Amino acid sequence: MNVTVNGRHTDVASDATLADLVAQLCARPTGTAVAVNGDVVPRSAWSRQRIADGDALEVLAAVQGG
Amino acid sequence: MTSHADVFRIADATFGSRLIMGTGGAPSHEILESALKASGTELTTVAMRRVAPGEAGSLLDVITGLGIRLLPNTAGCFTAREAVLTAKLAREALQTDWLKLEVIADERTLLPDPVELLDAAEQLVDDGFLVLPYTNDDPVLARRLEQLGCAAVMPLGSPIGTGLGIRNPHNIGMIVEQAGVPVILDAGVGTASDAALAMELGCDAVLLASAVTRAQDPTRMAEAMAKAVEAGRLARLAGRIPKRFHAEASSPMEGRADLD
Repeated sequence: MNVTVNGRHTDVASDATLADLVAQLCARPTGTAVAVNGDVVPRSAWSRQRIADGDALEVLAAVQGG
Repeated sequence: MTSHADVFRIADATFGSRLIMGTGGAPSHEILESALKASGTELTTVAMRRVAPGEAGSLLDVITGLGIRLLPNTAGCFTAREAVLTAKLAREALQTDWLKLEVIADERTLLPDPVELLDAAEQLVDDGFLVLPYTNDDPVLARRLEQLGCAAVMPLGSPIGTGLGIRNPHNIGMIVEQAGVPVILDAGVGTASDAALAMELGCDAVLLASAVTRAQDPTRMAEAMAKAVEAGRLARLAGRIPKRFHAEASSPMEGRADLD
């Protein structure tokens, strides 16, 4: 299944959830947020929400700034 | 002493320090931690960016370890749409509805885009965010932002990262004079006297980052800024003498000896 994660085409398993994807990207999900196709998905829903083919995901965290 | 009773408020929150130090531009987390500590700040900004694989999340550890409140920003957003989504991601990631709203017009000047800024501010206030907008030094725009329900207004002294200080002190004075919410001088501070001037003009606080993080000795500059903000605040409360064209002696002219 092909999705876009932070602007990069990525192959994920067909039964993958958002929680799986975030765990792959970062060791600790603290301070991380996810938007799927432009909508924020609350952390409490990550383990339920399955990723669909063609989804565009943004996974963001806090960095130095401002 | 005055400074103990002189509490700085934003909405329902109170702060002992009127210096808000951002985290941008620090060469390392260690230097940032030392500078944040020296600044005495109780509120600090962070930006939201795409997670890079394998990156350790120690920035938040540094900030929370110092007991400093987080103020996420929407730096790098050019439209209200981008800023609103970034704000919602920041709220989810950091569990705060406080937001430094930044909507810039172009990369060369980094000046706020007033049209997009007002649009974003309205949407975010309606959505329950506590919005602290980075704005131009324009009294009319500041008034519009306050009317929309922003919890403070944060006019620039000069463009971000220039260190040019306060280019239009008169406008900052006009914003202060009319504002019913805190005025926070944001952007353009280069050195301690700029921060002191902001406070002397009546600003409630100063927000800066580069002036400290990119100084040759960030920790020492952070201490300088803390003292400048405190000195400027005391001078404002004390009430400066009026400027005069001619001299006015402070020693009495009467009672002088006849020495001619």
